Amino acid sequence: MSVAVLNVRRLLCPLPVIRTQDKVKTLKPGDVLTVECTDPGVMQDIPAWCRINGHKVLETRVDNGDYVIVLEVSG
Amino acid sequence: MSQQRKAVALISGGLDSMLAAKVVMDQGIQVEGINFFTGFCVEGHTHAIRKKDSDKPKRNNSLWVAEQLGIKLHIIDIIEEYKQVLLNPKHGYGANMNPCLDCKIFMVNKAKQWMTEHSFDFIITGEVIGQRPMSQRKQTMPIVAAESGADDLLLRPLCAQNLPVTLAEQEGWIDRAKLFNFSGRSRKPQMALAKQYGLSDYAQPAGGCCFLTDESYSLKLVDLWRARGERDYDLDDVMLLKVGRHIRPKPHFKLIIAREDGESRFMSGYKKDFISMNCASHRGPLVLVDGKPSEDDLLLAGQILARYGQGRDAEQVDVTIRDQLGVERNIEVKPLSADQILEEWFI
Repeated sequence: MSVAVLNVRRLLCPLPVIRTQDKVKTLKPGDVLTVECTDPGVMQDIPAWCRINGHKVLETRVDNGDYVIVLEVSG
Repeated sequence: MSQQRKAVALISGGLDSMLAAKVVMDQGIQVEGINFFTGFCVEGHTHAIRKKDSDKPKRNNSLWVAEQLGIKLHIIDIIEEYKQVLLNPKHGYGANMNPCLDCKIFMVNKAKQWMTEHSFDFIITGEVIGQRPMSQRKQTMPIVAAESGADDLLLRPLCAQNLPVTLAEQEGWIDRAKLFNFSGRSRKPQMALAKQYGLSDYAQPAGGCCFLTDESYSLKLVDLWRARGERDYDLDDVMLLKVGRHIRPKPHFKLIIAREDGESRFMSGYKKDFISMNCASHRGPLVLVDGKPSEDDLLLAGQILARYGQGRDAEQVDVTIRDQLGVERNIEVKPLSADQILEEWFI
């Protein structure tokens, strides 16, 4: 299992979703990806994208004005 | 056992594409959605920026539709490729800078490429004859199918009975009798079908999904090209045309003036790319200066900025000017009066 971080600050939805989608394609099942964003829309969109594609959202949090989503890649 | 057939559906997030996918899924076809991001999509962006819209749901409608349908959705960034569509549309523009027909041809072509790469069998769109004045007319439907290269791989379930038989129908993967013959601008048939499916929450159909159909946005885009002497843009240009009040007092520079706190916060992310200004002695908006202003131009910019701050009636306002490296200096200005800001300066 690897841990990756994706910085998509300043991008507005749906770009954070697209970058997340592209990053996940490079990861393996069980890998954990932390996505750091500034658009509050990601709190809705990235979990929705995860539900559609079967990935697991481990955590969502607001951290110093950043919106952070931690997800686990599914098989 | 017969082979499971698969279709890729163009999902915009609106009702028509949702219904089109649903109609085909109901015939036992496996459907996955595809959504193209041109940079000009209305989805989410301005809601995310503007504080006044903060009570509106920030959901992405294409993701929401996919979740309601229980299908996968692939969102694809076509910002760079889309430039050629916008800059050189073979079929021209609509009422504004919207190249709707070329756009539809381009997207169906991209969907065909995706379909081939992923071994899908055909393509679905939510198009309805007569629904839109440029891309969804009886005369243009065959043009989209032919010029995209999709030909009979393209099925429009909502108006299929008004169109020639496609491969999916010919091969018996789809029962043509269970498709529809919608036409015209009325939304009633789609709403009735939505009701039949128990769908009550969907994006309002009448709204455009692309900023290029907006007159004000299109004027700002054309102004940008004129000022730069070339028809080109990048994503930051596209984003900044969506925010603020744009004022061009002289041909070689313009001001982007934040209209509220949400826009100020968003625009402050661009301080390293533009000269920026704000009122130091009073509350006021953030301003980005696009172009190559002289010292006199910056003085004028400060006077305009002061007009939009709480010091508008003051004799003198202190304005901070910040360069792209963050070096700041202050100037003193007398705010312009409302009638000194000429109407032709507004873009």
